[in-house]
Amino acid sequence: MHLHPTIINIAYLIASVLFIVGLKGLSHPKTAVRGNFLGGLGMLIAMVVTLLDRNVVDFKWIILGLAIGTLIGVIMAVKIEMTAMPQLVALFNGFGGIASVLVAGAALYETQEQLPPGAVGEAVAKVTAALGTTAPGPSMQLLVATVASGIIGAVTFTGSLIAFAKLQEIKAIDKIKKFPGQSVFNVLLFAGSAVVGAYVCVDPSQVQMYWVIAALGGILGIFLTTPIGGADMPVVIALLNSYSGIAASATGFVLDNNVLIIAGSLVGASGIILTSIMCKAMNRSLWAVLFGTMDTSSGPSADDVYAGKIKATSAEELAMMLEMAQRVVIVPGYGLAVAQAQHAVRDLTNLLTDRGITVEFGIHPVAGRMPGHMNVLLAEADISYEALKEMDEINPTFEQVDVVIVIGANDVVNPVARTDPKSPIAGMPILDVDKARTVIIVKRSLSPGFAGIPNPLFAADNALMFFGDAKKALIDLNAAIKAG
Amino acid sequence: MDALNMLVGSITIFVLALFLGNELITKVPPTLHTPLMSGSNAISGITIVGAIISAGAEHGELAKYLGFAAVIFATLNVVGGFMVTHRMLGMFKRKG
Repeated sequence: MHLHPTIINIAYLIASVLFIVGLKGLSHPKTAVRGNFLGGLGMLIAMVVTLLDRNVVDFKWIILGLAIGTLIGVIMAVKIEMTAMPQLVALFNGFGGIASVLVAGAALYETQEQLPPGAVGEAVAKVTAALGTTAPGPSMQLLVATVASGIIGAVTFTGSLIAFAKLQEIKAIDKIKKFPGQSVFNVLLFAGSAVVGAYVCVDPSQVQMYWVIAALGGILGIFLTTPIGGADMPVVIALLNSYSGIAASATGFVLDNNVLIIAGSLVGASGIILTSIMCKAMNRSLWAVLFGTMDTSSGPSADDVYAGKIKATSAEELAMMLEMAQRVVIVPGYGLAVAQAQHAVRDLTNLLTDRGITVEFGIHPVAGRMPGHMNVLLAEADISYEALKEMDEINPTFEQVDVVIVIGANDVVNPVARTDPKSPIAGMPILDVDKARTVIIVKRSLSPGFAGIPNPLFAADNALMFFGDAKKALIDLNAAIKAG
Repeated sequence: MDALNMLVGSITIFVLALFLGNELITKVPPTLHTPLMSGSNAISGITIVGAIISAGAEHGELAKYLGFAAVIFATLNVVGGFMVTHRMLGMFKRKG
């Protein structure tokens, strides 16, 4: 059974509408589950009608591909630890990117079969392509879009793999140092891929050159992503998310398919919005994240800041302090994710709440390694999202807080951002935990955060360091509270 | 001229969809940043439509194999993306 192209196009329209309604739903807490479902439904409709397209005659490879992809996709979605969500999203972004590269490449190869064989065909292709007409060779639109899809898709693919490796803390990646003139090198890579792309547009019979374009794009993706530091990861993930959408959109131009163009550009736009939210939260421009370096040379040394002023505390002392508190705020950071301490935090929250103490969470927008990372982790541990407060909401209240417990966060609570205009994090909005009566910092050592600067908060009069791995430290603390 | 008109039509759709996306997702609470990302990422797996056509059409072997590989990656993207988003959203609930 084959469907008429008009029916297929109407089904694509319905799918596009479902994507729009779905994305809108995903941006509101009450409708998020339904939004995700509608997006999935749109995808299912688009897939089913495509299977009934009259051009689709051989189902062997499709079914095999669907089966393999579904199997691996389901296993990954079910098995993944919430702490590893950033890596997973990076990987999925990359898969979207490589799929666009492959589809555009396949479309380019298919055009070769339309050309008459031999030198005549090549001549005809050259002339018609130069004129921008469609018959009998590939149209200029297809060619230009294929080149765009190849470059953007390849950048998305390798960039996402590098981001994945960084998030997975594969050490070899950090050994790739930024070299002088890397930005210029990147521009040359891009220009090179564009030149080869133009060559393919003029002479479409040179299909094999498409892989040169994709390879150059791939190398570009690597060198664009390797110099970016861990603290900037939320921005990069959001940006790669946007790229994967734009790549899908470019593939839509290759195939002259509106549902790809619409879905791709929606995702492209949403990725850009998240990127700008993340940049604002760090008071850094996108340009600085992508091409800049953080200057950590200026400012006082760690010895000057910490010497003789650090007070360490124990689980027992902390337990006593907490029992006298009325209002406690917990500030989680990436250290919490690394130590998988979200369940221990939940136990601490329950212990304190049972004793009549108010417990809230202050979440910095870029805490963790991807936008909203902390929210997902705490939700996994069954902490009510009503207890999670945004930075702007909780900041004015810190003066009325008895105890703040900072768990594995550093730069996002560094008061230097407010006080020292020369600091690399100057102007970055921070959580004003230093205004609370007592601040407890759970941390493995005094080592600096990603900005590479000492944190005077640790040496403040009202601060106590509780050294240790976040999970172990919290389990000790919980035991001390129960014993007390 | 027909091809050019079609191109302009496609560009129109592209630009309007960009603006629409921008309007749709202006205010997202931080709680939903991660699910929005993984959910929208699954939608960008729409390339699967092109992958299916490439893998199933009547033409050269190479294009078919490229399509086959694309179907695997795009399916992974789509199925994994929607499922993990659903799993995450299931965790966001009021306690008690």
